[in-house]
Amino acid sequence: MRWIKVPVFILCLAPALWLVWKGFHQDLGANPIEFITHATGDWTLRFLAITLAVSPLRRLFRFPGLIRFRRMFGLYAFFYGSLHFMTYLWLDKYFAWNEIVKDVYKRPFITAGFLAFVSMLPLAVTSTAGWIRRLGGRRWQALHRLIYLSACAGVVHYYWLVKSDIRKPLMYAGIVLVLLAERVITKMRKAKLATRVLVPQSD
Amino acid sequence: MLVKRGEEIRYSEVTPWNVYLNRRRFLAAVPAAGAALFTSRASAAAKLSAVKGPFSTDETVTPFKDVSTYNNFYEFGTGKDDPAKNAGRLQTSPWNVTVEGGASKHQVFDLDALMKMAPLEERIYRHRCVEGWSIVVPWIGFPLNVLLKAAKPNAKAKYVAFQSLYNSRYMLSEAAAGIEFPYVEGLRMDEAINPLTLLCFGMYGQVLPNQDGAPVRLVVPWKYGFKSIKSIVKVKFVEKEPNTTWNMANPREYGFYSNVNPTVDHPRWSQATERRLGEFFKRKTLMFNGYGDQVAKLYAGMDLRKNY
Repeated sequence: MRWIKVPVFILCLAPALWLVWKGFHQDLGANPIEFITHATGDWTLRFLAITLAVSPLRRLFRFPGLIRFRRMFGLYAFFYGSLHFMTYLWLDKYFAWNEIVKDVYKRPFITAGFLAFVSMLPLAVTSTAGWIRRLGGRRWQALHRLIYLSACAGVVHYYWLVKSDIRKPLMYAGIVLVLLAERVITKMRKAKLATRVLVPQSD
Repeated sequence: MLVKRGEEIRYSEVTPWNVYLNRRRFLAAVPAAGAALFTSRASAAAKLSAVKGPFSTDETVTPFKDVSTYNNFYEFGTGKDDPAKNAGRLQTSPWNVTVEGGASKHQVFDLDALMKMAPLEERIYRHRCVEGWSIVVPWIGFPLNVLLKAAKPNAKAKYVAFQSLYNSRYMLSEAAAGIEFPYVEGLRMDEAINPLTLLCFGMYGQVLPNQDGAPVRLVVPWKYGFKSIKSIVKVKFVEKEPNTTWNMANPREYGFYSNVNPTVDHPRWSQATERRLGEFFKRKTLMFNGYGDQVAKLYAGMDLRKNY
């Protein structure tokens, strides 16, 4: 079943290819840089949500095999996040570092976006099997909870930058909230189950 | 083992992909064609002739395609490409502009009469959006002061308030847009009668496309674009500073004056530079969008940090 990863990989790459295609055909609208910024930002948030959805979906559909895609989805979130960040650094600011540094500490929505990106960095670096071994499963897992921070910061970044129509950022916020709430509920259930097993004749 | 197969679809029965696409395109075109039948002004080729007016810049004019597909017109959607898709529903004929607070309580100007009040001029202005992008547009119209003088404001009038058309049947709800409707704007009297302030009916040699504020809009080139209110139905002389839509939505971010000013940042982004559509590098934003010679005197002695 390893081959199934190939079409999924290509599917995940499709938004980037679609952007390149549109770019070549001068079809990115009147403000291409803004178009690229929005598209890559959108896909970063989508892949963060897709990555976060893997564990809940495994539980919901009793389909543990989904785990094999999680790393790929996570790395794609990082890939689109990097494109988004590069668009900002290169196309939008043209590497005007003093301006960029000022932006990051002065403009809350950029601070949030920067935080979302930076917290993905260690996750991308430690995504290999070697790093899981080196860190040990438990510590590795603890580190990778940083994705919660990244997703939340990403949603806040989006919410803070829109002018007045907050429907889309709220939609992402709702999705991330549900995916995080599912984890809390699962954890509480497990804790309850554990106490029941430990003290069987308490009543 | 017998495997029963469902009826197979033969290739001859399948709609070829390009025909399918054409069908879609046709279906999408039907409402637009219908709208064009009922509103004469909706046809893209409605020419509008004009004489050359003053104050024109010799900078490169932004392509018509960009100016007519990249719009902020929240009544028709909050995405930049939404107005071009949705504004076809706007009925621009018949059209009346009501003027209140002048010589008589209500003066109604029908669009055709309005357009004949003065010779139409073409003026190529820079247009700077508060979001940080800019365009250069050959507008067609005449100074707003022509209409204001004809309406004879009473002596107490210090401001002019403007109101856009709003029709909830084919425009976004307030909840969806995140701003209040109908859209309202305002100018101080001296700003309103400044010769730069244009009452605008067309651009690029034709009547305004709906998404650009047909059939009549304001163009105030030294202020951020949202001050240049679209699809005007009402003009009112008032004594006090009138409410303005974006100021009501977020008073900290959008002031009444909203003069283009590279030294006063929007709370969330810098206003020092702008992206001229079609250019790769950002350019420096000019004080009063480069119209300081004409308008700086209006704000002498005012703290533009406070009166942003």
